[in-house]
Amino acid sequence: MADRFISRGFVGKRRQTEATNRVPPGQHAVSDFPVLSAGPTPRTRLDQWTLTIEGLVREPVRWTWEEFLKLPAQQFVVDIHCVTKWTKLDTRWEGVSVDTLFEHVELDRKAMVVTAFSDGGYTTNIPLPEIINGQAFVAYTYDGRPLAPEHGGPARLVVPHLYFWKSAKWVRGLRLMEKDKSGFWESLGYNNHGDPWKEERYAGD
Amino acid sequence: MKRTLEWQIAAVKSITPETPKVKTFTLTLPDWTPHRAGQHYDVRLTAPDGYQAQRSYSIASEPERRGEIDLTVERLEDGEVSSYMHDVLVPGDQIEVRGPIGGYFVWEAGMGGPLLLIAGGSGVVPLMAMIRHRAAAGSTIPTRLLYSSRTPEDVIYSNELEKLRATNTGLEILHTFTRAQPPGWTGYARRIDNQMLSEVVKPLGISPQTFICGPTLLVEAAANGLVQIGVKSGQVRTERFGPSGGTA
Repeated sequence: MADRFISRGFVGKRRQTEATNRVPPGQHAVSDFPVLSAGPTPRTRLDQWTLTIEGLVREPVRWTWEEFLKLPAQQFVVDIHCVTKWTKLDTRWEGVSVDTLFEHVELDRKAMVVTAFSDGGYTTNIPLPEIINGQAFVAYTYDGRPLAPEHGGPARLVVPHLYFWKSAKWVRGLRLMEKDKSGFWESLGYNNHGDPWKEERYAGD
Repeated sequence: MKRTLEWQIAAVKSITPETPKVKTFTLTLPDWTPHRAGQHYDVRLTAPDGYQAQRSYSIASEPERRGEIDLTVERLEDGEVSSYMHDVLVPGDQIEVRGPIGGYFVWEAGMGGPLLLIAGGSGVVPLMAMIRHRAAAGSTIPTRLLYSSRTPEDVIYSNELEKLRATNTGLEILHTFTRAQPPGWTGYARRIDNQMLSEVVKPLGISPQTFICGPTLLVEAAANGLVQIGVKSGQVRTERFGPSGGTA
């Protein structure tokens, strides 16, 4: 990197050193919570909302909103990283671990990948090993309040160790699959995996 | 799209003030590839000690302009990259970029219409790429731009928009000024609401291809409003930027 390009006259606004090692390369910490989505915010009535685990499972399972709220929930405080360059530290959520959801199904040994699907048709794909063991949850409160529709309410997937587009808003289910299938943004030039620490932003990164 | 998007060092060809807070940076690219109107580039700044900052900026120019792109950038008060570009960059400087990026918020003349474009502030930038592309492609697809600005001085591309409108090729521009209006103004003077959306959509029929870009509150109001008045959700594509106006 001897001939690395230097931007003439650029010093930059340095972050507080304490947080520096929590902000991945190319990201900057923000204090607000930007909203990003590709289309209008879906509105599903709670009495019509369900969450489904399907695909390569012995018996699919489906919860109504009332049933979902009775599942054991946990508090999560996590850092989130959006591919549009913002990082938000110490976000506070309440929700149900994907591990808890998977306790209700018997996974087929062939299952390798999960496609999360949402109201409005959004999908995203995540390797199965990266959504279990405490790495992901379905959240329904943010900062102590019901999750707002523009942030993915009534419930969204949160997979904090991957770029935030993997944390599907308005999630309605997880489909266990053998073969990987690109989701919405993954089909439109974004990286299939999306690890912010490796800066896997776009296809080919 | 599996090709890796490599960083490249662009040359700043010219810098054009658009409004007191907005400038257009014309960059010459050694490895130019045609973009699709609506896409963006990433900009990366590197300090001598290796510290880096990155941001994404929409392309304002049409893909028919070969070898260079316009990035129109608003200077944010607490900005890191936008303030550098506004305060430090001069023509002849170099700047690292990669792109074009994004495959959903895009429009090409071949996609047809009619076309409804809704902009808030500098959200007009990717929509301007679509308008310029439409003109360059000789398209006469009925197109309406609803453009919300605080004051007339905040309107970006004001003269060019007027010139394009005057070509009578089916482009209409509807401004709304939310804080201050020109003397004698009889047009819209409020934030976008469903009444306004109904009036703007009507001549385009029930479900125009719709692109909305601006601050979150405007995008939410416009996108949800359009769905409420009967535009199909799948026809509405959104892009948002800037502070969310709280985390509610």
